[in-house]
Amino acid sequence: MLQAGANAVFVGEQRYGMRLPGEMTLEHIEESMNAVRDHQAKLYVAVNNILHNERLDGLSAYLQRLEQIGVDAIVFGDPAVLMTARTAAPNLNLHWNAEMTSTNYITAKYWKKRGSSRFVVARELNMEQVVEMKQKLPDMEVQIQVHGMTNIYHSKRHLLQHYFRHIDKEEQVNEVGMERKLFLIERERQDEKFPLYEDSNGTHIMSSDDVCIIEDFKHLLDARIDSFKVEGLLKPTVYNETVVQVYREAIDTYVADPDNYRFQEEWIERIRAVQDPERELSFGFFYKEQMY
Amino acid sequence: MTTQVKPQYKGKRYRLDKPELLAPAGNLEKLKFAVHYGADAVYIGGQKYGLRSNADNFSFEEMREGVEFAKKYGAKVFVATNIYAHNEDIEGLEDYLRNLYEVGISAIIAADPFIIETAQRVAPGLEVHVSTQQSIANWQTVQFWKEEGAPRVVLARETSLEEIAEMKQHVDIEIEAFIHGAMCSSYSGRCVLSNHFTDRDSNRGGCCQSCRWKYDLFEDNRPDGDELISAQEASQFPVLEQFRLGVNQLALFDEEDNAFAMSSKDLCMIEHLPDLIDVGVDSFKIEGRMKSIHYVATVVNVYRQVIDSYMADPDNYVLKQEWLDEIYKAANRPVNTGFFYEEPDHEDHIYEPEDKPAPYDFAGLVMDYDAETGMATIQQRNHFKAGAEIEFFGPNGTFFKQKVDRLWDVEGNELDAARHPLQLVRIKVEQPVTYFDMMRKKNAKA
Repeated sequence: MLQAGANAVFVGEQRYGMRLPGEMTLEHIEESMNAVRDHQAKLYVAVNNILHNERLDGLSAYLQRLEQIGVDAIVFGDPAVLMTARTAAPNLNLHWNAEMTSTNYITAKYWKKRGSSRFVVARELNMEQVVEMKQKLPDMEVQIQVHGMTNIYHSKRHLLQHYFRHIDKEEQVNEVGMERKLFLIERERQDEKFPLYEDSNGTHIMSSDDVCIIEDFKHLLDARIDSFKVEGLLKPTVYNETVVQVYREAIDTYVADPDNYRFQEEWIERIRAVQDPERELSFGFFYKEQMY
Repeated sequence: MTTQVKPQYKGKRYRLDKPELLAPAGNLEKLKFAVHYGADAVYIGGQKYGLRSNADNFSFEEMREGVEFAKKYGAKVFVATNIYAHNEDIEGLEDYLRNLYEVGISAIIAADPFIIETAQRVAPGLEVHVSTQQSIANWQTVQFWKEEGAPRVVLARETSLEEIAEMKQHVDIEIEAFIHGAMCSSYSGRCVLSNHFTDRDSNRGGCCQSCRWKYDLFEDNRPDGDELISAQEASQFPVLEQFRLGVNQLALFDEEDNAFAMSSKDLCMIEHLPDLIDVGVDSFKIEGRMKSIHYVATVVNVYRQVIDSYMADPDNYVLKQEWLDEIYKAANRPVNTGFFYEEPDHEDHIYEPEDKPAPYDFAGLVMDYDAETGMATIQQRNHFKAGAEIEFFGPNGTFFKQKVDRLWDVEGNELDAARHPLQLVRIKVEQPVTYFDMMRKKNAKA
């Protein structure tokens, strides 16, 4: 991903992090720091799990090690991480990311006052709200996902194992991970396929579409959003490389000459060429009117 | 009955001598029933900032009346302000919170730090209870919210009894736990199925319960990079006609199998309340602001008796069969014990087709009773007729069954049935009844 042009990567392990494409232990993280630095890039570690008491064991040592290794930030959503970092690793840079519940700028300021330098905005907000977020948070970094699938449901329950057991397919209860490429279809919506998988943190259901904001990327660039995330989960490497290259090019083009920046059709064509034809490239919630 | 709690799980309550029974109240009438039937506190929704935008939520005037009513019983009223707010929801919160305090609300239940912080600033007299939507599942997070000034946290439904015990060891704070009712099968707040299926924002009250819908499970065996395999190869895989599947996508179920389901059975801790009392849970919460009066009164009534009976004499406490019988009269789904003992397994989900209606219906409310004639005046709440088998129940375990022998209107004209909502009818009752006692009948559809 660094080769493809990412200037930050997001890694971690299941015990403390959530929904990661692979396991990066402390040793792996330490080893990769040189490569990260060679690319003048940053490395953020996911400590974004919903933690139960048992997961607190070792958390303090884990954060201490991350601080020693010199990772650029940890990403968290459970206040226990903040509590532990305060004493165990006070110099760690903190990014607040509670996914779907990070929805307004006063909440962002709340976490800033408690030490977070960055706020990761929920993917369920619209363009206007995202743009306003940065206007209201001039001295806090704002991150938004610009591409890829999103998690839409997280249960601690092992729903896939339970289902296989229910339909007497006990032999399949251990084949419920990401690599099996399982998906759900809701009976009234036959065209949409929702990937899902299980890990030690429970069951994760993902969106049936992939967010892709490249056509309107300029709105976000103009808004001075600090960080644009490409979600690489459940995608082949070649896909993620292409997507990262395209957004890299768009960002570089904009930075070189903001006034003459315009969207290039070729960018989206390159993405379409590797896009799974069954998954819609969508604007996510950027232009959706939601009711409640 | 055996309690499953180990001795080391004992903990103590933070402020209360006796655990609180906290009941839902979807409207003013339900509030009155919840309080009359024994709730120590009720939680309600106002016009804004609550997660049940479909409920007939309270105006400030109704809240005031509810608070007045509750006060006579020594009960408190909490308001759920448990949404995750968007930028446009920010304006108006301060006034809303001040008004809540002004009409006598004791506490808000909030998840969004924006709401928590604003309440502490503009309405310091209003207690802030941190909602289950915050998915609090470890003691350090409990400690965090204590340091942030919250006197109470409502735990994630995924917490076990053992974890609660550990939280109690580490932090002096009130712990509120759900003991009865429907459950999100996801971590609460960590589900946007409604947003994706129906453009309704689940974390602002728009949840359309997509987790109760039916899904089918498939496996995608297409190779990466979209190199489609040949038609000949594809023909080796079974593909169900009714699904628009691509090549190499397989159904993982057989035709006779139930659909994949996320739907959770409902929580019911009636048989295990002593364990929860011993571990030091401060407040026992019943779910269901959308549920009926009959549900609220029945469930509150039973838990009230369980708590009182155990607290009066823990050593000689016995779970009564009649409590179990009562509570199932209001249940429309199968029940389990959630995450308190063991993590749910396949038997804890609902794969079978439909929710059933509760086996009993609210038929009438006792308005008056004449001890000399044994005649009760009943306000009709559901159709019933002469000959119907009915039950009367009231707070503190008042209970008896009888048949509707004959019935009359208030002018003394004999009727064959009570057909009209809220009409007043008279019937002869076999035991004394009192205002606010309820009359139920078997649900013909159950």
